[in-house]
Amino acid sequence: MEGNLSYWKKGIRDGIPISLGYLAVSFTFGIAAKEAGISVMQAIIMSATNLTSAGQFASLGLINASAGYLEMAVTQLIINLRYSLMSCVLSQKLSRETSFIHRFLIAIGVTDEIFGVSAHIDGKLNPYYTYGLISVALPGWTLGTFLGILSGNLLPERILSALSVALYGMFIAVIIPPARHNRIIAGIIIVSMFFSLMFTKLPILMLISPGFRIIILTVVIAGLAAILFPVKEGDMNET
Amino acid sequence: MRPNVYMYILVMAAVTYLIRLLPLTFIQKEIKNTTIRSFLYYVPYVTLAVMTFPAILTATNNQWSGVFALITAIFLAYKGCSLFKVSLASCLVVFIVELFL
Repeated sequence: MEGNLSYWKKGIRDGIPISLGYLAVSFTFGIAAKEAGISVMQAIIMSATNLTSAGQFASLGLINASAGYLEMAVTQLIINLRYSLMSCVLSQKLSRETSFIHRFLIAIGVTDEIFGVSAHIDGKLNPYYTYGLISVALPGWTLGTFLGILSGNLLPERILSALSVALYGMFIAVIIPPARHNRIIAGIIIVSMFFSLMFTKLPILMLISPGFRIIILTVVIAGLAAILFPVKEGDMNET
Repeated sequence: MRPNVYMYILVMAAVTYLIRLLPLTFIQKEIKNTTIRSFLYYVPYVTLAVMTFPAILTATNNQWSGVFALITAIFLAYKGCSLFKVSLASCLVVFIVELFL
């Protein structure tokens, strides 16, 4: 139990940047929810049960248009499909004995950010580490929504702008250190960023939604890398 | 009649949770295939790189503060600073740069 507690505490510490970033993003979600005519209670429940930015933003337009429930389900499936790829990665980070209850609980927290931080942990993932991340990230996400919908101008514009890079800073802190000693990872990061830029600038490609852009690029680039540079067992445990 | 908002929330939450849950419960065994293992090993790097760039450049009020935040984060991460420090430093850089722009 002692070990689990320290993993949980470590998760809380690493979850603080996630929580700050979420506060900024969910604040803007709260403002958008208010404009879409969602009540405070509804917005809070949505954030607490969904914990996903793109999916929630998209839902506002659908709710406003009185779309069908099936349409809502399909939209969420398309936008959030990338999470299943992340869950596949996490399934391999867990020890085989990890019980169902832990798998059900970890699933609550499969977001871009919590996944990114959980995946970069050394060796096997202790579920309590992820619980630590969730226990600060989820309140941050929900609180931001509440504050945003309560008063659109509670946080000064400058602070919101500054907080908006918190999550990106964290992503960079996850991917750069392993790239120092591994040229393949460094190359993969550069190639990924280059094609990501192309997908936002080039005609036709820029029409692809961010969710699908992430899925397509991840499958193609990580797939080619896996074929060209298969990882040896020893290397995999290092990072 | 306008559909029920709580029903929408329930549908959204159920779909999103299932997407997250199914791979975690169905894949219990350790995958032995080297190519699949390598693929899963490389996934986080591609996903996080794609999500960060170029999005960081348009996240802030001013593109230049985004550029400085990116450079700061890469530099500090390269130096081996913790997640928290890198993240906080990039926020501070945005704040400071935007005071002058």
